[in-house]
Amino acid sequence: MTETAAPACSVDLSRVTKRFGSGPAVLDELDFAARAGDFVAIIGPSGCGKSTLLRLLAGLSPLTAGTLHIDGQPPGVDSPELAYVFQEPTLLAWLKVAANVELPLSLRGVPAAQRRSIVARCLRQVRLEERAEAFPRQLSGGQQMRVSLARALVLQPRLLLLDEPFGALDEMTRNHLNEELLDLREQQGWTAFFVTHSVAEAVFLANRVIVMSAHPGRIAHEVKIDLPYPRVRATREDPAFQRLVAAVTHHLHSVEGDAR
Amino acid sequence: MSRRRIPVIPAVIAGIAFIGLWYGVREVISPSRVFMLPPPHAVLQAFAVHADELLLASRNTAIGALLGFALAVLVSGSMALLLSVSNLIRSALYPYLMMMQMMPVIVIAPVLVLWVGAGLPSVTIITFLICFFPLVVNTTQGLISTDRKLVELFHLYRATKWQEIVRLRVPAALPYFFTGLRIAGTLAPIGAIVGDFSAGSSGGHGGGLGFLTLIYGAQFKMAALFATVLSGCMLGFVFVATVSGLSWLSLHQWHDAYDKSDH
Ligand SMILES: Nc1ncnc2c1ncn2[C@@H]1O[C@H](COP(=O)(O)OP(=O)(O)OP(=O)(O)O)[C@@H](O)[C@H]1O
Ligand SMILES: [Mg+2]
Repeated sequence: MTETAAPACSVDLSRVTKRFGSGPAVLDELDFAARAGDFVAIIGPSGCGKSTLLRLLAGLSPLTAGTLHIDGQPPGVDSPELAYVFQEPTLLAWLKVAANVELPLSLRGVPAAQRRSIVARCLRQVRLEERAEAFPRQLSGGQQMRVSLARALVLQPRLLLLDEPFGALDEMTRNHLNEELLDLREQQGWTAFFVTHSVAEAVFLANRVIVMSAHPGRIAHEVKIDLPYPRVRATREDPAFQRLVAAVTHHLHSVEGDAR
Repeated sequence: MSRRRIPVIPAVIAGIAFIGLWYGVREVISPSRVFMLPPPHAVLQAFAVHADELLLASRNTAIGALLGFALAVLVSGSMALLLSVSNLIRSALYPYLMMMQMMPVIVIAPVLVLWVGAGLPSVTIITFLICFFPLVVNTTQGLISTDRKLVELFHLYRATKWQEIVRLRVPAALPYFFTGLRIAGTLAPIGAIVGDFSAGSSGGHGGGLGFLTLIYGAQFKMAALFATVLSGCMLGFVFVATVSGLSWLSLHQWHDAYDKSDH
């Protein structure tokens, strides 16, 4: 398999509404269009429906109203390959690192020889090739998250959904993984939706930051992040970066003020 | 991987103290009743004198216990799979499984003797009945408690229901299964002895430890009775040790309960 497989895909949301049972609307008439290759960061107060939105995109939960198209198709079995990374590593504790990364491939019945080379490549990409034979509990939290990321990448997803994947990590590790994630993006090219509580993380990664408000969940603001890629460690010291962080923080405070 | 060292010395001291107490109690019992508590050395003697009988009976009980235990593992495993796939089946069958657990062995034994004959068949079924419940309950619980995120992950990978069961639910249920297996492991020898006591074979060499208890009891052979009890204890110990060993083998590498690398 080559690095440049299928291209990234586009995502279209039109008046997407979600309620649980007869409760209030958790997401209220969301309109949003992501172009192929967009890196969309989603930020907003707790309970505003960020995880719910990702679950809708993944097809894990049905819409109440509105339409959702991925590459022009409603989500379903034949929708483009997508990968989901949860806040926790969600690894199978009884499988070694390599077998965990291999799992999506073996569930699909990819031949063993092919599986091995893909797994080796993905482990190299997250710099964990040396820990291939370890069990998850022998790894640090950051390493486990990298395994989770490697596992998400083996099927060459065209849409990547990440729900606070690095939320539980310290800032150093998080920054480091952010840089790795952008490296992977350069190599692979996918469309990403990335939920986070960290404004700096959102601005560093994304080309578009969505600020959501709660009760009901709506897109309150969108901030375009026009910092050029590739972004590196030094980008964080760039005054333009810091201005954007300040702008997003300002929007976030305004929606959090609304919530109160 | 270091295994936790089991301190031996306190246990040895407690054992010696217990034997001392045993002799001590004999000193204070009235002489007309002291025969009811044979001294430890007499029990040891009884082991030697009745060695053949005890070995044969232990062997018969072990076979019954093992067969009933194995049967319970097989049937409860399949049953747990069935119960785990559907809430409907679970609510339909659960009350009857509970009732099965309430069934008194003493009452069911004569029925079994009539149905399948005394001796090994009855003993096996009684052991099975006793072991079944903890196994099926724990294994089912394990199969339905799989982390929801992992189940969703399998859905996202478009895994088949069968893959979800074999590659996710079953391994995730192993720790629960072994909890049930430990309980069943302690119950199996007891079940076989009780079964033998109430449905043992009187003819040939089919009698187990329970049956031997009846004979020695009728003959007032107190030391031999104590030796029989100790044989039962040893059998039970072997069962539990084996189950613990199996559990260690399949879980120690990945399950937190065995994580001692930091102690
Ligand atoms: N399965 C469910 N049933 C009922 N209500 C739900 C369910 N899942 C989420 N909700 C509700 O939907 C709202 C949004 O939840 P969601 O998990 O999407 O929030 P979030 O933005 O991801 O929050 P956080 O930042 O804390 O993770 C909450 O009010 C929550 O109570
Ligand atoms: Mg969330």
